[in-house]
Amino acid sequence: MQISMTINGTFVTHEVEPRVLLVHFIRDDLRLTGTHWGCDTTNCGTCVVLMDGQPVKSCTVLAAMVDGHTITTVEGLANGATLDPVQQGFMEEHGLQCGFCTPGMMLTARALLDHNPHPEPLQIREAISGQICRCTGYATIVRSIQWAAEHPAGAAPETTTSESTEQEVHA
Amino acid sequence: MQIPAPFEYVRASSVDNALALLDRHGPESRVVAGGHSLLPMMKLRLARPDWLIDINDLFELDYLLVDTVPNNGRVLRIGAMTRHTTLLESDDIKRLFPIVIDAERVIADPIVRNRGTIGGSLCQADPAEDLSTVCHVLEGVAVVRGPAGERMLSMAEFHRGPYETAVAQNELLIEVRVPIRDDSGSAYEKVERRIGDWAVAAAGASVTLAADGTISHVAVGLTAVGLDRNVTEVEAVLVGQAPTEQLFVEAGRLTSLACDPLADQRGPVDYKRHLADELTRRVLRAACRRAAASISDITI
Ligand SMILES: Cc1cc2nc3c(=O)[nH]c(=O)nc-3n(C[C@H](O)[C@H](O)[C@H](O)COP(=O)(O)OP(=O)(O)OC[C@H]3O[C@@H](n4cnc5c(N)ncnc54)[C@H](O)[C@@H]3O)c2cc1C
Ligand code: FES
Ligand code: FES
Repeated sequence: MQISMTINGTFVTHEVEPRVLLVHFIRDDLRLTGTHWGCDTTNCGTCVVLMDGQPVKSCTVLAAMVDGHTITTVEGLANGATLDPVQQGFMEEHGLQCGFCTPGMMLTARALLDHNPHPEPLQIREAISGQICRCTGYATIVRSIQWAAEHPAGAAPETTTSESTEQEVHA
Repeated sequence: MQIPAPFEYVRASSVDNALALLDRHGPESRVVAGGHSLLPMMKLRLARPDWLIDINDLFELDYLLVDTVPNNGRVLRIGAMTRHTTLLESDDIKRLFPIVIDAERVIADPIVRNRGTIGGSLCQADPAEDLSTVCHVLEGVAVVRGPAGERMLSMAEFHRGPYETAVAQNELLIEVRVPIRDDSGSAYEKVERRIGDWAVAAAGASVTLAADGTISHVAVGLTAVGLDRNVTEVEAVLVGQAPTEQLFVEAGRLTSLACDPLADQRGPVDYKRHLADELTRRVLRAACRRAAASISDITI
């Protein structure tokens, strides 16, 4: 069957088998491999994408069900060369180690902040409670999302230039 | 990699259209709502429908409204396509049926709750489905529509047993009607192994208090411990009595005897009976406290 959707601002039309899951459509057909695929059982949340702005686990949605809808994947978070404040937060507060859970975590964070710009730490923890991180212990993820909440327009340019980051690293 | 067996997909545009499609495609067709129970079953090939009828465009079934209906009095009408998240965020629910909020907070996780629907939950009829117990305890009425028209079923009639309901293959659950009682309170509590997991055991209670402070109406239900009905044994003991700790202890004891849990990876039988006992006491306490608070709200 033929399906169409807007993904990261681009309108796409594709032929799919009805049984194809959204996660495989995104990764295998559209080659957007930023969306990860882990447990395959709706538990880990690494496959989270935004469907009409709401986080969904794409291993448990059919691509066919998204016909006519809007999808945002991690590739659609940044605005050109400017990172989303959530992405900046994950850099500033070391919100990732291996990075496997990160795309899903960041998309959930984006949806949370769109809905509630000033979440309490407990509300952040609740929002990401359907997602598993095996590396960080979550504390830095919560801080990363808090950072994004405190910097809704992102960091001031002088603190995020690659120069200053490099200086810090080599200091 | 888990992929469902092949099937044909069609999207229904209205309730009538969905019913016509079910009729046309026959026994091997099935509706999908949130898909968060059905798709995992299809991925494991525990379900293999030939036709999948997507009812996510039936926005006409996504509503929550307080209404007065003939024979039922004042009710909250919940459309079958109402998502868990909508229930959790509703002010009407918060005010009228705190048991739903208690339960929704511990059903899966916020992302699953964005997709799962009350209709899918009730029709799935998993013995660990939290909303089944909630609807039993609140004495909800299921409105089911098919080619022959609409029928109203009590939860006892609707819920035939594990994974089995009275909804025929060519019918749809349309709505759940929950009677609104004054001077009432309700509560739900669940023990799970980790956040987002299905219940090891859970209990729900709804209590109405009379003017003299005694219990005039009560319902207690259990989840995941082998009882698909309300614990009527307890109701007989509680009605007409003042809510005291001693009474709750007795209710807990009776509940643990009435249930019939199975040992599984979530725990042994004696642990589940213990939970049925303890959780019954807790939800009765909370429901009575909330009922008393709702009365003082009105008199202030
Ligand atoms: C990881 C995970 C954890 C979960 N944890 C819990 C939990 O702790 N507690 C809990 O209660 N639930 C839990 N669930 C289940 C969740 O609540 C599901 O969303 C719900 O059971 C099914 O709703 P659905 O809309 O997704 O139904 P679907 O999967 O779409 O449908 C389920 C069944 O109902 C039928 N159906 C759906 N709607 C109708 C209708 N209107 N009329 C007739 N038939 C219909 C379908 O044909 C199908 O047979 C969990 C799910 C997941 C994936
Ligand atoms: S892969 Fe979808 S939740 Fe784990
Ligand atoms: S950073 Fe490795 S799983 Fe989260």
